[in-house]
Formats: sequence, structure tokens, C-alpha cells
Amino acid sequence: MSALLREMGERALRLGVPFSAQLDLTYRCNEQCVHCYLDHDDHGEMTTAEIKNLLKEMAEAGVFILTFSGGEIFLRKDFFEILECARSLTFCIKLKTNAVLIREAQAARLRDLGVQSVQISIYSHRPEVHDAITKVKGSLRRSIDAIRFLKSQGLKVIMANVLMAGNMQDYHGVRALAEELGAEYTLDPTITPMMDGDRSILDLNAGESALRELFRDEMFVGNAEEFCAPPPPPDAESLSSLPCSAGHTACYISPYGEFYPCVQFPLSCGNVRQQRFIDIWRDSEQLKEVRSIRLKDLSGCSQCAHGSTCTRCPGLAFMEGNMRGPSTADCEKSFARTGIPSVNLLAKKEKAAPPRLVQIQLVPAITGNRLSGMSAVA
Amino acid sequence: MYVARSPRIAARMLGEEMLVMSGHDSTLFTLNPTATILWQAADGATPLDEIVERRICTEFEVKPEDAMRDAEELAENLAKHGILLISEQPIVKPDAPVRGQR
Ligand code: SF4
Ligand code: SF4
Repeated sequence: MSALLREMGERALRLGVPFSAQLDLTYRCNEQCVHCYLDHDDHGEMTTAEIKNLLKEMAEAGVFILTFSGGEIFLRKDFFEILECARSLTFCIKLKTNAVLIREAQAARLRDLGVQSVQISIYSHRPEVHDAITKVKGSLRRSIDAIRFLKSQGLKVIMANVLMAGNMQDYHGVRALAEELGAEYTLDPTITPMMDGDRSILDLNAGESALRELFRDEMFVGNAEEFCAPPPPPDAESLSSLPCSAGHTACYISPYGEFYPCVQFPLSCGNVRQQRFIDIWRDSEQLKEVRSIRLKDLSGCSQCAHGSTCTRCPGLAFMEGNMRGPSTADCEKSFARTGIPSVNLLAKKEKAAPPRLVQIQLVPAITGNRLSGMSAVA
Repeated sequence: MYVARSPRIAARMLGEEMLVMSGHDSTLFTLNPTATILWQAADGATPLDEIVERRICTEFEVKPEDAMRDAEELAENLAKHGILLISEQPIVKPDAPVRGQR
């Protein structure tokens, strides 16, 4: 991120402006990725007119960076009409797509419409691995062709590599492919639970030893010793810092108009079909609550050694049941990075440990009420 | 000289300043209030001297010749980054996507 962009983000925070927003245009998709957290059925997407009206409201509210995502955005027949509207409202437009439907003509149109970047999900450089994850034969070839079309139009392309157990061994290959195609590369080792709360897809996660290896790979983390160093204890400044941009300068809107602090933070704050965008942004009680949280208010995290360096996601914490609590996925990352277990992991270990002093629990039954308070010992 | 906003620009007011991102290299700029007025008035049809006279000289205490010189310099600078289009003729349909201006 450029220094100026960071400065503008800070100014937006001071002014209370929603500087960036992600709008998912549909949850429908032409791929069936094994790790996807979405319900792909259409439960009543916003119409073209509703979306255009929303874009107008977002521009008026000050949104500058607008990311269109899904589902697969190119499945919307009105996608280019929506894009033209966004262009006329002078957003900085970013796209997230699997790119399977992008051919020369679409790439040229994206360029004409001044799209700033196109992020494309690539899971492996090997078709048998990528296509097994998307469950669409030929999808890697189609996505790579699309990257070539986009690059030939001079567009910025980012290859996003979600890592899980099934493709963990391929990230060097994906990075090399990105280099060959002139694309940027980003990797993300986090699998998000399903939107309906089902956490079973988390079983696809890469696992601790793979994470440990990744965090020591200097090609990705720079100086591994520095990256994996034990964290400094949280100071007053980090204790009063904000968790992330969600709800502060950023927000997310679903294809059904539901307003959330972030795509990974399913706390409903209102619906743009019933309320103006700016009214939700300013007045939602849920957003006010999100905005009030500082590291020092977090149970567990405020006492944790990783407090000052942790990438804790409040959205993942919310999905675990408490937006003021830890996010286990981030505890696992902090542990894989430094070898130091978090407060949360220690507590979980404690809970999972077989009950100690079980024999003492039995004592009251034998000896009457003398040790009746010991049932809490285990 | 005529000036028009480039059609592939991202722009938004943030507080007092206009934030602009160039479509051709994603460079980010902030425009001060004078540059913001010029950029907003750049419709391709109004000559630059008219913009300076009507919009800038009325707003700021500045001699018209100085304002014109600064405005030309600014317009050329913004054009270099693909933020403004400049021409000796009125610029028709400045908001239609322009190909080949990379
Ligand atoms: S490692 Fe876990 S407990 Fe510690 S700060 Fe991060 S999320 Fe909180
Ligand atoms: S940390 Fe989580 S909630 Fe915050 S912006 Fe990142 S994904 Fe969203």
C-alpha cells in the first residue's frame, strides 16, 4: 500500500468515511470450489436498478475503492452495465473473479472501463490440482488464458492463492506462474467457515506444520528470523489500537443488500434495500459496537503475548461466537510463526485435557459431603 | 486550450482535497482546492482561460495572468499523468472511454 493511500485511509478514519467497500453481485458461481463458504443458490439478488442506486449512494457517502466480487461476477448479465455505472461515478474499481468467462473482448472492455486491478483465484499451477479444487475440468487453462488477455490489455492482475492441505505443496509453482504471466501474487492460508456457521470445511486447512514451514520461507516472509521472532509485549499504544478496517473505513454488501462490516464478518448491520447506505454506515448500532472495540477490551487477547503482532480477525472471532474474543485460526498462525501458544490455545488445551484428580471427585460419594466442592477440580 | 477529465480516472473528495487515481498507471494524487476546481470544471467544452477567470480568480485573490500561467502548468502536469486531456480544440464526449491513451 502506498504511503499516500495509507494516509488517505487514516484521514477517512478521522472523517468517518467508508473509504472502501466490497459489493458481491451474486453468490452464483460457475466453479464449485471445495473450500467455498457460500450458498450458491440465488435467494433474490438485487436488481440492476437497485445496484445502480446503491452505487450512487456509496459514491455520495465517499466510497473510493469499490471491489466487485461474488460468486462469479461475470455470471450477471448486467455486469458491464453495472461496471459502466461505477465508472461514471469515478470509483477506483477492483474485481475478484475466477476469470473463466473472460476472453479478449471482455478484457478489452475492462481496460476501457478503467478497472484498476483484477484478482483471480489460482490454486495450483497443475491442472489436476487446480481443477480438482474448482471441480471444473479445464478451469485452470481458462483462467490462465484470461490472465494473458488481461495482461495484453495492460491491466494489473493479482493471482490469489488460497492455501489448504490439498495444494500446500504448489505455492512455489503458482508464484512462478504469476511471474511468468506478469501478474502479482498473493497467498492466503485461511479457510473461512460457511456463512451458515458450518465449520466442517475448516478440515481442509493446511495444518500447523505446513504453516510453520510457510512462515519460514524467506521468499514469502522476507527475514524469517524477524518474522518468527517472539512478539514484544503489548504496549499502551497497541492496547488501544483498532483491530482492523472492518466497520471503520470499510464495509461489505451482499447480493441481497445485507450490510456487514466485512465479507468475513457476518454481523448484519442493516439492509440497503430498506435504508440508505449512509444511514446504516452512520447509525447502525452494530457498527457502533464494532467501532468501540479496542485490543484492551478483548477477552484473552488483551492478556496474550501475541496481542501486539497478531493478525486476529474480529470476523472470524465473531463466527466462533464472540467478536470480543480470540480467533483460533489466528492463534494457530501466531503459534506456527513463533512457537509460543496463545492464551486461547492454552485455555483450549487445558479444557481438552483429561480430567485430573478424578479420584477426588469420587470422594464425596464415598465420604459424604466433606469434599463436595471438588467437582470443579477436573 | 481546452481541458477535459480523463474518462478512466478514479476520483473522490476526501475532506477538503480531491483524491485522484490515474487510470493508466494507478498513481494516486491529491489535488489542492485550486486544482480541484480546475479538475471539476474541466468539461472539454469550456476554455481554460474561462475556467480560470470564472472559477479561480473569483475564488482566490490572484492576478489573472499569474492564475492562467499556474493553471496551464497544472493542466500540463495532470495531462502527463493521464488525469486530464488537453487540446487546442473542444474535446467532444470526454466521458466516452478513450482507447490507446496508455
Ligand atoms: S494469538 Fe489468539 S489469543 Fe492471542 S491475540 Fe491473537 S487471536 Fe488473541
Ligand atoms: S481482519 Fe477480518 S474482519 Fe478485519 S478486514 Fe480482515 S478479514 Fe475483515
